[in-house]
Amino acid sequence: MAYAEQVETEALHEPKSFLTRYIWSQDHKVIAIQYSLTAIFVGLIALVLSGLMRMQLGFPGSIEFMDAGAYYQAMTMHGMIMVIYLLTALFLGGFGNYLIPLMVGSRDMVFPYVNMLSYWFYLLSVVILLASFFAPGGPTGAGWTLYPPQSITQGTPGTEWGIVLMLVSLAVFIVAATMGGLNYVTTVLQARTHGMTLMRMPLSVWGIFMASILALLAFPALFVSAVMMLFDKLLGTSFFMPAIISMGQSLEHQGGSPILFQHLFWFFGHPEVYIVALPAFGLVSDLISTHARKNIFGYRMMVWAIVAIGVLSFVVWAHHMYVSGMNPYFGFFFATTTLIIAVPTALKVYNWVLTLWQGDIHLTVPMLFALAFILTFLVGGLTGLFLGNVIVDIPLSDTYFVVAHFHMVMGVAPILVVFGAIYHWYPKITGRMMNERLGKLHFWITFLGTYAIYFPMHYLGFLGMPRRYYAYEDYAFIPQSAQDLNAFITVAALTVGVAQLLFLFNLFWSAFNGKPAGGNPWKATSLEWQTPQTPPVHGNWGAKLPVVHRWAYDYSVPGIEQDFVPQTVSAEDLERMRRGGAETAPMGEQP
Amino acid sequence: MNRLLLRNTDSIDPSGSWHPAAGIPSPAGMDRAHTAKVGLRLFLVVVSSLFLLFLIAFIIRAQVPDWQPLTEPLAPLAHTGALWLNTTALIGASIALQWARMAARRGNAQATLAGFALGGVLAIVFLLGQLWVWQRFAAWGYFVSSNPANSFFYLLTGLHGLHLLGGLLAWGRTLGKFLRHAPLARLASSVELCAIYWHYLLGLWLLLFALLTSTPQTYEAIAAFCGLR
Repeated sequence: MAYAEQVETEALHEPKSFLTRYIWSQDHKVIAIQYSLTAIFVGLIALVLSGLMRMQLGFPGSIEFMDAGAYYQAMTMHGMIMVIYLLTALFLGGFGNYLIPLMVGSRDMVFPYVNMLSYWFYLLSVVILLASFFAPGGPTGAGWTLYPPQSITQGTPGTEWGIVLMLVSLAVFIVAATMGGLNYVTTVLQARTHGMTLMRMPLSVWGIFMASILALLAFPALFVSAVMMLFDKLLGTSFFMPAIISMGQSLEHQGGSPILFQHLFWFFGHPEVYIVALPAFGLVSDLISTHARKNIFGYRMMVWAIVAIGVLSFVVWAHHMYVSGMNPYFGFFFATTTLIIAVPTALKVYNWVLTLWQGDIHLTVPMLFALAFILTFLVGGLTGLFLGNVIVDIPLSDTYFVVAHFHMVMGVAPILVVFGAIYHWYPKITGRMMNERLGKLHFWITFLGTYAIYFPMHYLGFLGMPRRYYAYEDYAFIPQSAQDLNAFITVAALTVGVAQLLFLFNLFWSAFNGKPAGGNPWKATSLEWQTPQTPPVHGNWGAKLPVVHRWAYDYSVPGIEQDFVPQTVSAEDLERMRRGGAETAPMGEQP
Repeated sequence: MNRLLLRNTDSIDPSGSWHPAAGIPSPAGMDRAHTAKVGLRLFLVVVSSLFLLFLIAFIIRAQVPDWQPLTEPLAPLAHTGALWLNTTALIGASIALQWARMAARRGNAQATLAGFALGGVLAIVFLLGQLWVWQRFAAWGYFVSSNPANSFFYLLTGLHGLHLLGGLLAWGRTLGKFLRHAPLARLASSVELCAIYWHYLLGLWLLLFALLTSTPQTYEAIAAFCGLR
């Protein structure tokens, strides 16, 4: 029996009841939606926390319970949730799950049961994390980097329960991410359909594929640091804890190395930036190509840039540690690698712009978000070049310049892609379009609003306003004008936060009341738009797997009436379209 | 060049033949057993990353003066007899599973079952032996927090044991199927996966064993070699 026949007759884990169809589902599409909704839910909590923090900064004392401890707890949870439980989970668990099998022409992930477990472990990690809000002492306030010794020493909020729940939750999350990652990588390697070579895969799949590899290799570093810190906290070991006097009492620890924790944490932490960025790069490439009706410029270069960024991301971690007191020669090495990684990254930006060049740009909502992403990523990336240099980083490191930089590059930029991608693939997921007017309103408030928030922060950073402070009153070096700016930023932040309700409303309202989308509303070429049903049913492809004859970017092919050629169109079909287009073009319009 | 490279990896058909229709490559690796093997190997890469990072942390921490080596004359690892005994059990487990794997290839169900069962039982013997070593540590007053060397010993042996325990879960499931007389063809893949996993954990254990029973001078040399000193 040929390989192809084998898979087409293979029995699938057919769902039998409501429970197995929607709750304990092994279907990658259902798991993707479960992942996405959970991630959006925790993301909203983190958004509210940032609003509370901004209220304290802009209008000090306006919220009664917001003392220093509560502020640090809000900051820690905001950072951790946004980076890990929202962005990582949404890009890999949400988009990865939904798009990989559909884009490579597979019926499902290769290990559906493990895929289901991955979601339930993720949900468990979220529950453990949120439980810390209700634990005695509240969640940990150690900052999202959880640096010891302060994270487990008296005086930091949540040193009894909060930090333990945080570390356990991270460990469970890593198990979930590993189970998911194994699936995504193996599916891309093993379950591509006929003709889908690696170099014909859409860039979305390439980005998610590479990010999954990074996640598989980098998350263990977080796991190692979490486990060793748990030992320090619960069993009294001294992996990271030096000899220390706390509250007038000398603790039992001695000899541990806090710097070791920082190395381990950032050996995970920097690849994590690209675990979030690479899927965003991939998705935005597809958005730009589709909505500019042009093939992506330099596809091959784009693929190799993704691979190069992935590899380089493992040798830049210590640029987060210039002020940790490490050897200055280390700083020189890591500054160099950091600047080198800017090369493939800049190359991608050039290629996006060149894809737009002379394209037939449709300013749809996904395209607006994609364009905003390029701009935002450029701004965030350029300030990254500043901070990558040791000598510039040292004075700026503890100021709002850093807050502005990473929120631009790692917060706003990926989240713009998340929105763009949701508006783009929503019609495939639900069969209905999202409301365009609401979408545009949401876009403009979010886009302009985030610039109103983060642009002034660069200035505050240059002014020397330190980050991590909970109140800025009575500091001689911070002028009143900075206070006014802080109030302005808070108003902008609250506006943007409230505007996300538009998106949420659109998301749920359109699922039932949106305009029916049809199978391929954007006239896109990649496989997920060629499914026999929309939304795709269990097994995705009906009786026969699709056959792929070309790459995913045949837009505006010369001599063809229709401005896109799906990946499933063979050379003969294309020739027929070129000769007369009898089946596709109306009579009288033939060349 | 990369066109060639990537096209070739596209088809895992051992004969290297393409799908007959007009040069379209056939779908890659639709063989379930092969896919599972790729998945397992990928997982082992992740486990390697995990232990490599632990070992780097171990070497760095071992450079701090408060480290009291477990290999000193009166310390529990001055004599490694017990650990050698456990190691023998684990080597035996690996051999038994390899034997089962080869028997499965030949289609000999009886021999497969015997080797497979023995492999798991010896792994359990190894784990019990490790627990006994832990108990001896505790009896001698070498607790987890008394010294970083102890902490790492418990941590690394414990994590290795947990990985083996995970393997034993898969082993138990497959053994259950064996005892319910599932056809060998359906189980051969599981036997093979268990064998690969057992070999890996044996290799990992030998590495851990060598490192945990080395002297501080060795750690120093490794640290110097890696530029960590």
